[in-house]
Amino acid sequence: MSIRVEQLCHIYNEGLPHETKALSDVSFEIKSGIFCGIIGHTGSGKSSLIQHLNGLLKPKSGKIFIDGEEITAEGFPLRNIRRKVGLVFQYPEYQLFEETVLKDVAFGPLNLGFSQEEALEQAKQALELVGLPWEEFGERSPFDLSGGQKRRAAIAGVLAMKPRILILDEPTAGLDPQSHREILAMIRKIQETEGITILLVSHNMRDIAALSDQILVMDQGRIALQGTPKEVFSQGETLRKLGLDLPPAAAFAEELKNKGCALEELPLTIEEAEETILRWLKHKN
Amino acid sequence: MLKDITLGQYYPGDSWIHRLDARVKIIATILYIVSLFIVKDFIGFGLVVIFLALVIGISKVPLSFILRGLKPIFIIILFTFVINMLMTKGTILWQWGIIRITEEGLYNAVFMGLRLVFLIIGSSLLTFTTKPMSLTDGIEKILSPLRKIGVPAHELAMMMSIALRFIPTLMEEADKIMKAQKARGADFETGNIFRRAKALVPLLVPLFIGAFRIAQDLAMAMEARCYRGGAHRTRMNAMVLQKKDAAASVLMAAFLFLLIIQSQLL
Repeated sequence: MSIRVEQLCHIYNEGLPHETKALSDVSFEIKSGIFCGIIGHTGSGKSSLIQHLNGLLKPKSGKIFIDGEEITAEGFPLRNIRRKVGLVFQYPEYQLFEETVLKDVAFGPLNLGFSQEEALEQAKQALELVGLPWEEFGERSPFDLSGGQKRRAAIAGVLAMKPRILILDEPTAGLDPQSHREILAMIRKIQETEGITILLVSHNMRDIAALSDQILVMDQGRIALQGTPKEVFSQGETLRKLGLDLPPAAAFAEELKNKGCALEELPLTIEEAEETILRWLKHKN
Repeated sequence: MLKDITLGQYYPGDSWIHRLDARVKIIATILYIVSLFIVKDFIGFGLVVIFLALVIGISKVPLSFILRGLKPIFIIILFTFVINMLMTKGTILWQWGIIRITEEGLYNAVFMGLRLVFLIIGSSLLTFTTKPMSLTDGIEKILSPLRKIGVPAHELAMMMSIALRFIPTLMEEADKIMKAQKARGADFETGNIFRRAKALVPLLVPLFIGAFRIAQDLAMAMEARCYRGGAHRTRMNAMVLQKKDAAASVLMAAFLFLLIIQSQLL
């Protein structure tokens, strides 16, 4: 499912002394099935932007089209957007509240009007998808799970609504490296098996570089840069000015270039770096 | 929605009222509340309005900000108003079945309603113009003589300052959870009162858990900084009464005196 945003503007506390422009003139397009990374330092408008995409915030001006339908139109039913666009907030484990994991995950589909059986069936599938088999975890209290498991249960709570677009806000924040890897692997698997459009907000450039097809760089409520990972990460200077960094492989390549060895292609992951450096060495000899 | 609650918040400023000693402001507020119960008629309320207008004018807190603080307690005011209007016996103005409005009832209703409004405006001026920290310091100082008879003045003050400090934090937390549950299709706004009460469960459970988490973190942080209660603690800002505090006390005394005279004469 595709997303098109046209000249989106949002202002917080309009008319009060502490009025702030959160978004100004944001326009972009994300095609169906694309993995889009969103980066930007704290307060650059990422969170405001993603909250617009499922109707939690209403824009001051501008339009948002999801799958060709204008969701910012007057009287557009919010339930339809929530069904299509799943939004996983930062630290989603803080939203768990039910007695059992299964019931908690079924909360979303029940709200969307699915029958009890359908909701439970979708909850079971979602738990399977995030790697918490329902036979083992379904009847446990969500508060007895470990940190990483809680987070996966919370993500399952959104997946159970079967969104065609999944937005994740810093899904790996505060997790240990093992859980971090597991969550990323899970996101990748979800995109492969479900074929959905995914938006990932993250400060971890390595994750963004490894997963994204397209990147949006936000700064002061505007889109500062956008393009493929190679296009965006070839602009190390601009990114650093915006308080951002390059993924380690790209940073390494940049250092090499400064030392006088220009690789023919910008590597984004360690594996790519290995490959291009080996190729460069071969070529040299 | 939650951000609209201004009651009990601090409104940053540097007015004469802001700079007064917290102890003076606390005692003045208590006296002001007492004075509202001395008032017997609308002329007395006239004096109260003049006094309030004076204080608000000096404090430079916008009137709209103050009035917004009344919104959350509007229901209570309305309830008092209606009960007073319907339950007072006297000369009947209007009757429909068993419902009757009397002249005395209407008078009482307006009178009580005004008293509540003035009570809230006056006492909220205290929190608008006093930083929570100085407020609790002031309370501690005022209560400290009672320590001799076993009143835990410092602990009370500390509890109060923590409670005040965490109102905005918990509101932010509530806002976040609400958004997260809305993203999962939760509906907080429609349905009858029972449905709405039930819809609050997904908000309240995580909120309480969050509050306990925050409390635990805070206790840990306080212990890590060797907090051990009130004994032998010194203050960074010692409270010293100044000329302006004396002036404010005189002003308050004059207001109280005027009100007593007015209520006794009539």
